[in-house]
Amino acid sequence: MGEAIVITSGKGGVGKTTTTANIGTALALMDKKVCLIDTDIGLRNLDVVMGLENRIIYDIVDVIEERCKLKQALIKDKRFDYLSVLPAAQTSDKSAVTTEGMKKIIAELKQEYDYIIIDCPAGIEQGFQNAIVGADKAIVVTTPEKSSVRDADRIIGLLEKEEMAEPPRLVINRIRNHMMKSGDMLEIDEVVQVLSIDLVGIVIDDDEVIKASNKGEPVAFQPTTKASIAYRNIARRILGETVPLQSLDTEKGMMQKVKKFFGMRA
Amino acid sequence: MVQEKKQLITMKGTKDGLTLFIDDTCSFEKAIFELDHKMKESRPKQDEPIVAVRVKLGTRYLHDEQIEQLKQVIGAKNRFTIHSIESDVVRREEARMWQTNSEVKAINRIVRSGQVLHVTGDLLLLGDVNPGGKVIATGNIYIMGNLRGIAHAGIDGDREAFIAASFMNPSQLRIADYISRAPDYESDGVYMECGLVDEEKDKIIIDRLQVLSHRRKEINRFERRIQNG
Repeated sequence: MGEAIVITSGKGGVGKTTTTANIGTALALMDKKVCLIDTDIGLRNLDVVMGLENRIIYDIVDVIEERCKLKQALIKDKRFDYLSVLPAAQTSDKSAVTTEGMKKIIAELKQEYDYIIIDCPAGIEQGFQNAIVGADKAIVVTTPEKSSVRDADRIIGLLEKEEMAEPPRLVINRIRNHMMKSGDMLEIDEVVQVLSIDLVGIVIDDDEVIKASNKGEPVAFQPTTKASIAYRNIARRILGETVPLQSLDTEKGMMQKVKKFFGMRA
Repeated sequence: MVQEKKQLITMKGTKDGLTLFIDDTCSFEKAIFELDHKMKESRPKQDEPIVAVRVKLGTRYLHDEQIEQLKQVIGAKNRFTIHSIESDVVRREEARMWQTNSEVKAINRIVRSGQVLHVTGDLLLLGDVNPGGKVIATGNIYIMGNLRGIAHAGIDGDREAFIAASFMNPSQLRIADYISRAPDYESDGVYMECGLVDEEKDKIIIDRLQVLSHRRKEINRFERRIQNG
């Protein structure tokens, strides 16, 4: 029996889709069967980030409206079998998906897959409700900016009302080390303190992420880039491993900071 | 027969006006009948000032209609005016209302952006109020946590209400009909402070918690709550 995790943020453009693609890839690299679901009906792009756009024949709306079987709509990843994507529809709007339909799809996928990662649309309307309805857990993505922290806070409030197995966990994305040091960006500590939920990972703002997503190849495939390691660490933490937070720079003094974060999570 | 002779209505003149004791063992109809009689007998003359009357009911409870009836009998046409109607009994409902208005409600949660926490009485929040979150109370607000959102104390108009927090960096403080907001520049916030209305300056001020001990002495007393209730 698998586990459904929704990736959400409230605000748009903080990296939900990138996070979904990369966590999914990283989990699949660890030999877990993973299915990614794009619930952003009308504005799909998870398939683009995964480089699977050309292979779409059926989508999630077709499944819900019973024009095809769930298995027919799933796209196997071109790189390895452990990863599948259920794409969103591009032609319908968000009202085409119902909460019952979503629940049914996720329940069916859980039989087959270890992890179902749901990419949530921005906003808090019906699309958000559809995305979270079948999820067991939630990961909230934010950037160290006031506006996105504010929206993340709102989303956490809404998620807490849902009866999920666990409280939501936090990913801080797009960290720019030099700005954080100079005090021009919110610090990780500050963000965690305001949102007061567990931190599951931090990801630095890396040019490689953009390059990789343009190529349709999630950055998590690359073994050495910092962002890739960050996503792999998040995947390991999802699996229950204890992994210290990545140091933001290479100086030795940072080790203490890392230890501090680590201690906070334990 | 004995009852007939017993005085159901006793009047006492004081310097503030007239005090009416209505016997609480007879029926309301009898009392009203006798009262009507008495009022007509003793009504002030046209040139005399209108007399204020305090009505003491003892352990009698009056419905709204009965109070209305009473008011008509001791009404303006008889040149009386009712100052107060006092009864030793209260209805369960009213007593509960008093209680909820005077209680301190302890709540343990985080009030996040977009959430509103509204309580009757005083609010004791164990947790933060995040930016965009709002807490509202008819009484005082005590926050053991960080206040970064909006707090509104004394929402029904109690200007004596105040807001205390372990860490104060609110976007707005509101007390009764007063509103103050954070400055436009980035502020660091302060620890262990409280916001209250300064009558002289006619605005909300933020000061150390210690000032409460002489500015708001009443919080130590239970009566404040009953009176406000």
